[in-house]
Amino acid sequence: MAIEVRIPTILRTYTGGAKSVEGSGATLAELLGDLDSRHSGLRERLVDGSGLRRFVNVYLNDEDVRFLGGLETPVKDGDTVTVLPAVAGGQR
Amino acid sequence: MLTIAPGLRAKIIAHARADHPDEACGVIAGPAGSDRPERFIPMLNAERSPTFYRFDSMEQFRVWREMDERDEEPVVIYHSHTATEAYPSRTDISYASEPGAHYVLVSTRDPDVDEFRSFRIADGTVTEEEVRVAAGLTDPE
Repeated sequence: MAIEVRIPTILRTYTGGAKSVEGSGATLAELLGDLDSRHSGLRERLVDGSGLRRFVNVYLNDEDVRFLGGLETPVKDGDTVTVLPAVAGGQR
Repeated sequence: MLTIAPGLRAKIIAHARADHPDEACGVIAGPAGSDRPERFIPMLNAERSPTFYRFDSMEQFRVWREMDERDEEPVVIYHSHTATEAYPSRTDISYASEPGAHYVLVSTRDPDVDEFRSFRIADGTVTEEEVRVAAGLTDPE
């Protein structure tokens, strides 16, 4: 068993078009590192120097990881991680 | 070209007017691959701001999962500008993340004039498209 990671349309260029991929790790940070070893460049789209990018939402099962522990959120086999780009904008 | 039922166009404008002076935002879902906007889903603007909008992250999660379960996709993503024209701003372009969606912009700057325009935004490029209000289309619900 592994951790399922659901990938939004705009990032499927990194996964060969796959809607979901599998990975492993004890924390979200480790999971993203593991994914990046097979889907190079994906991590960079989700994380910058200070943590998760502001306009990317990452959910562990049904919770936004911002309300859990961010990149340090523990993850385990059988979990589902969902990535969604924030829908945002403004008039400036 | 965006083809939309008159009732759905009216719902977007009514939502934008109701939330003025804050920006309003939402989605019209449709069957995946159909390019037909059918199911109107007004969203909260988590920023509650006259100059910015952002979908509430938990509401977005629920709505996106529901679309997935129904084999739908966001055919239209709309939001309003409250003091400027209905044209994507630099911010709108930099955060646009659904290259397959019609980005609908409404302006509520003039209470008597409905500005309703549609764009494709992909790879930082904005392309305006024609909006066809199809009276023949049955309004859902």
